[in-house]
Amino acid sequence: MHASVNPTVSPARQAEAARNARDARNDRVFGWVLKSCALLVLVALLGAAASTLWGGSDAFGTFGWGFLTSDAWDPGNDRYGALVPVMGTVITALIALIIAVPISFGIALFLTEIAPSWLRGPVSSAIELLAGIPSIIYGMWGLFIFAPFVAAHVKPWLMNNFSDTPPDGQISWLVQHVPWIAKFFSSEYPFFGAGVLTAGMVLAIMIIPFISSVMREVFQTVPTRLKESAYALGSSTWEVVWDIVLPYTRSAVIGGVFLGLGRALGETMAVAFVLGNTFKFTPSILETGSSIASTIANQFGEAEGLQKSALMALAFLLFVVTFIVLLIARLMLRQLGNKEGR
Amino acid sequence: MTNMNEAAPSFAATAQASASDGTMAAAKMTVRDLNFHYGEFHALKNIAMDIPEKKVTAIIGPSGCGKSTLLRIFNRIYAIYPKLVASGEIVLDGENILDPKYSLNRLRSKVGMVFQKPVPFPMTIFENVAYGIRHHEKLSRADMEIRVEQALRSAALWDEVKDKLKQSALGLSGGQQQRLCIARGIALKPEVLLLDEPTSALDPIATSRIEQLVEELKNDFTIVIVTHNMQQAARCSDLTAFMYMGELIEFDRTEKIFTKPNKKQTEDYITGRFG
Repeated sequence: MHASVNPTVSPARQAEAARNARDARNDRVFGWVLKSCALLVLVALLGAAASTLWGGSDAFGTFGWGFLTSDAWDPGNDRYGALVPVMGTVITALIALIIAVPISFGIALFLTEIAPSWLRGPVSSAIELLAGIPSIIYGMWGLFIFAPFVAAHVKPWLMNNFSDTPPDGQISWLVQHVPWIAKFFSSEYPFFGAGVLTAGMVLAIMIIPFISSVMREVFQTVPTRLKESAYALGSSTWEVVWDIVLPYTRSAVIGGVFLGLGRALGETMAVAFVLGNTFKFTPSILETGSSIASTIANQFGEAEGLQKSALMALAFLLFVVTFIVLLIARLMLRQLGNKEGR
Repeated sequence: MTNMNEAAPSFAATAQASASDGTMAAAKMTVRDLNFHYGEFHALKNIAMDIPEKKVTAIIGPSGCGKSTLLRIFNRIYAIYPKLVASGEIVLDGENILDPKYSLNRLRSKVGMVFQKPVPFPMTIFENVAYGIRHHEKLSRADMEIRVEQALRSAALWDEVKDKLKQSALGLSGGQQQRLCIARGIALKPEVLLLDEPTSALDPIATSRIEQLVEELKNDFTIVIVTHNMQQAARCSDLTAFMYMGELIEFDRTEKIFTKPNKKQTEDYITGRFG
């Protein structure tokens, strides 16, 4: 069969080769496009961090490490320190977490394990609506409605029980025996509602929808047969949740908690309304304070020179704080993974 | 043995006969007038059967016939879902377990269950077995270790896991995981063990190990096994119940069901003409 030995490539083969080359080129271009989308995020992040660091270099250069440890914030004398805003940011976020995590846990468990199916839809939508409310509304509500409520009911009760200057004049048994506790609950203005605790409580309400909807979703991923096996061994609903559902979903639950924490750290408007915006350093959660975001929001309009640089430096510190929080989350997850022997 | 149930006119009569026959073991569980509704759906219709003590009772039938549903009533696991209603009676050691006053905790310590797919808990191997025991008994560390070892030995798993009790159970193979689930069930020292298609997710070697295990376990436990595998029922059960469309069609000695069943439907099913 000599005829079949063909020195030139058949047209069909040529078309196939062209098709292959085109496919390979298209895939390469597609790969670049995807890669540049992902890179854009990194560039934006690094760019924002670098430009705040650059903008804040004046403040960092002037005050050195003292910028981190000084509680001064005095535009009149051009002296600035980050201690109060950084502490305010961290403490309000922690208070928010302490309140929001157990409540979110309860909401998520109720919705996945206990609620009758007709109730699940409405409650889930209500939570999503709560997540959609703009933070300025929370701030206004916090200032006009919630802060007076705190001043009228919550703060007097806390001060009566935990401070050494109780409005009812009687120092409680607890404070007599554990006097240092009073430091955290003293207040110069017992009838003023704004402050660290109030801000933390408002933040808690704001992050509950985030944490609870993450928890609800991951609780739903627990296989029915896993839960049934535990029930078949005689577990109660509580034991199934605590021993089976939580360990099974632990890493996702921690992820949800840190998502909420991240939001609480960066929240601006609501905190600016209810935190009071003072720069006096105090360990008391009943006193007013300020956070990084609220300080920037309140002052960027008229800031010039060194003050502007100090605000930029604060913004950079917020990056650092958030980064440290994420790092802690990662480490916690890794440690838990080691414990389970994975 | 061979002359029992001859030409029994109905399954109910068959079931009664097997209990009253002196050659048969006494009934461990007596099911009477059992009906089960899922919402509007009538899933089980007037089931009556006597499950003999320390024997293996297999329940076979086509998908959707209600065999798993029946099994899930025996430990009331269905009760964790709304809208499921069982009526009638299931008498275990003289007490009706369907009575709402019958303690679920006690029922589940007396009636253990193993599910279709192996479901180890996300804990260590040791904790998987100890978990159920802790719900029912307070044991010292040493006693607990003995109990866990006993359970793992009875489930023919001890030799394979004794050096890695502290490792996660999720690292075991499918067959080992299923034997771990059996160990977890028998660690509570139940009287009845329910197996819901326990080998449907396993390979043939793992399956034959579980079947061997069932053979050994019947010395200590009353076993009810749901299976879609007729050879499995023929190999490892003493009695076989055939169900179809929510009804118990025939219930008799396994040998009889597979050689000369009384009902045409049973014969059609075991010879593969439908199902």
